[in-house]
Amino acid sequence: MTAWLLVTAVFLACGVEAVEVLTIILAAGLTRDWRSALTGVVAGLVALAAVVAALGPALLVVPLDVLRLVVGTLLLIFGLQWLRKAILRAAGLKELHDETRIYARQVAAAREASGQRRFAVPDWYAFTLSFKAVVLEGLEVAFIVVTFAANQGSIGLAVLGAAAAVLAVVIAGVAVRAPLARVPENTTKFAVGALLTTFGTFWGGEGAGVRWPGSDAAILVLLAVFVAFSLLAVARLRAVRARSAATSAAPVEAS
Amino acid sequence: MIRALRSFAMFWYDFLIGDDWRIALGVVIALAVTAVLVHAGVPAWWVLPVAVLALLGLSLLGASRRTS
Repeated sequence: MTAWLLVTAVFLACGVEAVEVLTIILAAGLTRDWRSALTGVVAGLVALAAVVAALGPALLVVPLDVLRLVVGTLLLIFGLQWLRKAILRAAGLKELHDETRIYARQVAAAREASGQRRFAVPDWYAFTLSFKAVVLEGLEVAFIVVTFAANQGSIGLAVLGAAAAVLAVVIAGVAVRAPLARVPENTTKFAVGALLTTFGTFWGGEGAGVRWPGSDAAILVLLAVFVAFSLLAVARLRAVRARSAATSAAPVEAS
Repeated sequence: MIRALRSFAMFWYDFLIGDDWRIALGVVIALAVTAVLVHAGVPAWWVLPVAVLALLGLSLLGASRRTS
């Protein structure tokens, strides 16, 4: 069960970041130069692979309790930040991530930027745009993959989840040749946030010396509690927002 | 050079700490309290889940007040 939750978390985290990267690569490729954009993607993937190759073996020599404490702390911070943003977006207190609008903004910026050849790359702008998108969006996923693999001792499952997500997004991107605006991004981020928070709490606690009641079954209980609390928070914040909107609208209606 | 260093530092701050630094600080404190209680022989499995709910709730409350 834990393994399936792990694969799900990696798949969703990787998928949602891949959708964001795809938007930027499409903007760079379609408006500038595909060769430079794809060279940027390959260079970014090589950089990420180097980070994973360096971090992976280093993490395996760290004692498990120390690893779980450090990894749990970071996963918990990442997870809470993802969950916080997803709750605020679901409640209407933060703007939803709109791939179509982001794509339009990237296209406009790409059209205005000047083209420059550097190091055998025909269009340096398209290259750096794609490279940065892959590295910046991919770093968090690379961290999640490496730490999940080190904690669970199953690098194969974590890589499988990540590869399946990237493949699914690439296939969908090639098929529609447009930003994947219909992917329920906020719901996915909500799920990833809840899963990262759960694993972060569980591993962080174990690293601090906690023995969880029910052992691994505690993961499911923690997940259920965090999801229920988050859904209640969304409902509560929506109600507060609606009340505040009604109060501020009242004087306008009166006048 | 200074601009590059600043961007580098900002990137890691954003990557590791995120939008609300109080969450990061609260997580570190909660884990430290858990470790201290466990080593004192007190069953402390409940500390972290309670801290997570409290930190998330307070952070959301703060964000909702700032927005409205």
